[in-house]
Amino acid sequence: MNTVNYLGLLRLLAPETVLTITGLIVLFFDAGVMRRQSIPRRQQVAAFLLSAGAMLAIGWSRHYSLADPNSTSMLVIDPLTQLMKQVILFLTIFTALVSLESKFTPHVGEYFALLALATLGMMFLVSSVDLLMLFVSLELTSLSLYILTAFQKDKLESSEAALKYFLLGGVSAAFLLFGMSWVYGLTGETNLIRIAGQLRDRATDPVLLAAMVMMLIGLGFKIAAAPFHLWAPDVYQGAPTPSAALIASGSKVAGFFVLARMTLAGLAGAEGSGVWNGFAPGWVPVLAVLAVLSMTLGNLAAIAQTRVKRLLAYSAIAHAGYMLPALMAHNTMGTIALLYYVTTYALTMVGAFGVVAVVEQQTGSDAYDAFTGLSRRSPALAVCLLVFLLSLAGLPPFAGFFAKFYVFTAAASASTRSLGLLWLVILALAMSVVSLYYYLQLLKQAFAVDPPAGAKIIRPLPATLFTLVFLALLVLLLGALPHLLVNKLQAALVVSGL
Amino acid sequence: MLAWTIYLSFFGMAVLMLLPADRPRAARMIALGATLAGLAFAVSGVLQYRNHPPADTILTITQVTWLRSLGLQYFLAADGISLTLVLLTGIVAVAGTLFSWNVEHRTKEFFAFYLALIGGVYGVFLSFDLFLLFVFYEIAIIPKYFLIAIWGSTRKEYGAMKLALYSFIGSAMVLVGLIATYVVAGTHSFNLLDWVQVPFPRSFQVWVFPLMFVGFAILAGLWPFHTWAPTGHVAAPTAASMLLAGVVMKLGAYGALRVAMTLFPMGVAVWQDPIAILALIGIVYGALVALVQQDFKFVIGYSSVSHMGFVLLGLMTLQTVGLSGAVLQMFSHGIIAGLLFAVVGRMVYDRTHTRDLNALEEMRLSKALPFAAGTFVVAGAASMGLPGFSGFVAELQVLIGAWQAFPSYAVLAGVGIIIGVAYLLRAQQKAFFGDMPEKPAEPALDPITIPERLGALLLLATTVAVGLYPQFLLDLILPAFHPNAPLMGVLTRGGVL
Repeated sequence: MNTVNYLGLLRLLAPETVLTITGLIVLFFDAGVMRRQSIPRRQQVAAFLLSAGAMLAIGWSRHYSLADPNSTSMLVIDPLTQLMKQVILFLTIFTALVSLESKFTPHVGEYFALLALATLGMMFLVSSVDLLMLFVSLELTSLSLYILTAFQKDKLESSEAALKYFLLGGVSAAFLLFGMSWVYGLTGETNLIRIAGQLRDRATDPVLLAAMVMMLIGLGFKIAAAPFHLWAPDVYQGAPTPSAALIASGSKVAGFFVLARMTLAGLAGAEGSGVWNGFAPGWVPVLAVLAVLSMTLGNLAAIAQTRVKRLLAYSAIAHAGYMLPALMAHNTMGTIALLYYVTTYALTMVGAFGVVAVVEQQTGSDAYDAFTGLSRRSPALAVCLLVFLLSLAGLPPFAGFFAKFYVFTAAASASTRSLGLLWLVILALAMSVVSLYYYLQLLKQAFAVDPPAGAKIIRPLPATLFTLVFLALLVLLLGALPHLLVNKLQAALVVSGL
Repeated sequence: MLAWTIYLSFFGMAVLMLLPADRPRAARMIALGATLAGLAFAVSGVLQYRNHPPADTILTITQVTWLRSLGLQYFLAADGISLTLVLLTGIVAVAGTLFSWNVEHRTKEFFAFYLALIGGVYGVFLSFDLFLLFVFYEIAIIPKYFLIAIWGSTRKEYGAMKLALYSFIGSAMVLVGLIATYVVAGTHSFNLLDWVQVPFPRSFQVWVFPLMFVGFAILAGLWPFHTWAPTGHVAAPTAASMLLAGVVMKLGAYGALRVAMTLFPMGVAVWQDPIAILALIGIVYGALVALVQQDFKFVIGYSSVSHMGFVLLGLMTLQTVGLSGAVLQMFSHGIIAGLLFAVVGRMVYDRTHTRDLNALEEMRLSKALPFAAGTFVVAGAASMGLPGFSGFVAELQVLIGAWQAFPSYAVLAGVGIIIGVAYLLRAQQKAFFGDMPEKPAEPALDPITIPERLGALLLLATTVAVGLYPQFLLDLILPAFHPNAPLMGVLTRGGVL
């Protein structure tokens, strides 16, 4: 038995510790000192506390001592995990700032504390390399998100969405756990690296393949890939908009990272092949099926939507489809492309939901009609929406364009047989043409259609507007100068094992 | 210096976005200033190139690494072909601003989108890194959409969406081709000058060439993918249709030549005949459809399809004279189409609020708007290809090239020119010289304004100048097609094919 050095552990997990304490402070401060204040005031204080704590955690995450890379512990701390945690923490801060606009609950402290807890789960998820740890952090994230979804108690949709999310999430967790138990049965290990070592020469074992499919079902639910996407439209629609922003951004980043960890590290050697005319069993063809379904279904269903949050949900499904080919490339370039994509995508999504939150708060609806003439009613907000949607559509000079380009290039240069995954790239590009149609429909409503008579001017809070403009500039900056993020990811990836 | 054409356009756009909405006059002046300065930089670039042509015909403007891990470069350069088109963009952009002087609805946003489009166009013509070229190519899509959807007329939302989707489909095809080429080339760069050295396998060229050529040529109005053009032109506000027909269609032809044809000469050899036939169908079909239109703007819209057919036919001749004719035709059609759309959209439609030829016939516009009638007669003559105008030199060269490459096509293309005379005379007769008895209580039309006159004179002077002294442009264009030229030489070298 080796003894655990708790002090050392605490030091390694300083960011997580800081965030836990922050959550508790927010909760007690709001329940104690702030109880008698007005709700907007309490929101401001809670958001400030959470942001300050998250900033502290970000600062702390930059100073750490590298753990032994060969250790087969439960958690890894390396430059890559710390970078992704920083991304997630920033997304939480943005979500908190966007939350200021919405008035959906009197339970301010609980809401912001849950944001902290969900973030904590995501941070642990990023660091886990052990099936048990992975599952526990996944549950921490999911349970927090279920509650965040149900937070708008006066709205039936919110409870319905949470129930649906919870039930489907439970089923997917069962799949994941079942698959994990088979893997454990096969190898007698729970550590992903050691599992990969054990499985190296049994890649085509049918039991392993079945286990793998079950685990991918569980994680496919997390990233909202079709056909495990059914919860997404209802949850995005029903959840309070800031909660939906976190589900669409931070949770997506963590989900994709853990999927990458699971496949690239844990199932290394069981890739199979997704080359056209050369399929071989493994996780790559499974992901290929998910990618094809997600792109097609997400984009086609998005056309028919008339409410913006649902539109964003279907577009999120489609985007999961665009990201999977990067993972299927299973090389360094693909991984960088995936992480760049998911990071910039998450920033864009927080921004888009932020715009929706403002419009919804001030007009009471997120239907397309509520956005009519937005460019006359709030020019700054409309320009932000333009930036976010065009980035989602993949148009330069915004980050979404470069992300798509990077992912597709990685996918096409993936296999040794040249142009291996080009067939997926062709499908993805064809589908992104479809996506331009529905994004333009919404933008047309915001820019080309004149506002109805008597439409109110929309005035976002200064803090929210500042956040949204900042995000829009960030999306532009990362699109025009992608090396700012790509070089960071590359440097981190070289040092760490993924 | 030439790079400032791009930067000034985007800078102008940024300034306009920050301008208060109630300052339309300032917005116009900013737009005019930005486009005039762009034209000045274009002209100075052309003169500089003519006086001191670089030894290898390619003038490097800027070259810096953009993203090392993918080998992307911010590489702006120019040769005679790009300079010809940069000059065209400069002229049409200034004229378009002058013809948009009467835009009162959301003026600053109009010019912001307008300048964004122009900046993207300049960027395409000056990029020698193909990733960069593609970025500018896509930047140009969205302003087009909004210019039509907000300030357009007949079925504007339909026309705008159709245009945006066709453009996007084309660029998606191009992107597939670019990514595939990047992987196959293995040079770890998107630099055109690197790629042109790579001997791509024939089996690869055979499928990637049509993909990229058609992807670009959708925007050049290649039949049967031309249908966005008439609807888009008709729906667009005047300045936007001038830019669409004048410059944006050239983006497609330029990309087809600069990227698809230059990189894949073996692919061109295989697909030469089928594409030439499509171009020919475009020439004749566009002209025939123009002949029966009732909407004045549709006549011009279909005539653009027909004239762009000459560009594509010229490209497919793979002869120096045909290729240089094609580039000259790009320039010439850009000026003439801009002028025709200005007359129809700004001078006539904005005053009479109808484009129906039968309705116009009753108005006797030659009396009411003599300047418009005169401009249209001259522009029509230029469009028909009468000697003394730029269209004559350009189409003649294309026909000579076609005659050498495929004689029977040249005959049919000649038929297209004759139909061209017919539809222009018909439109001219109906729109301006209707001999119906004048209605008694015809409301007086606003006189032609000074900005309109200036814009028309600028375009007229250009087409006449090029018609009388085409050597000015040919001196730029021809060296690029010399068999020893590093880029396009591959097309005229003969043996390689």
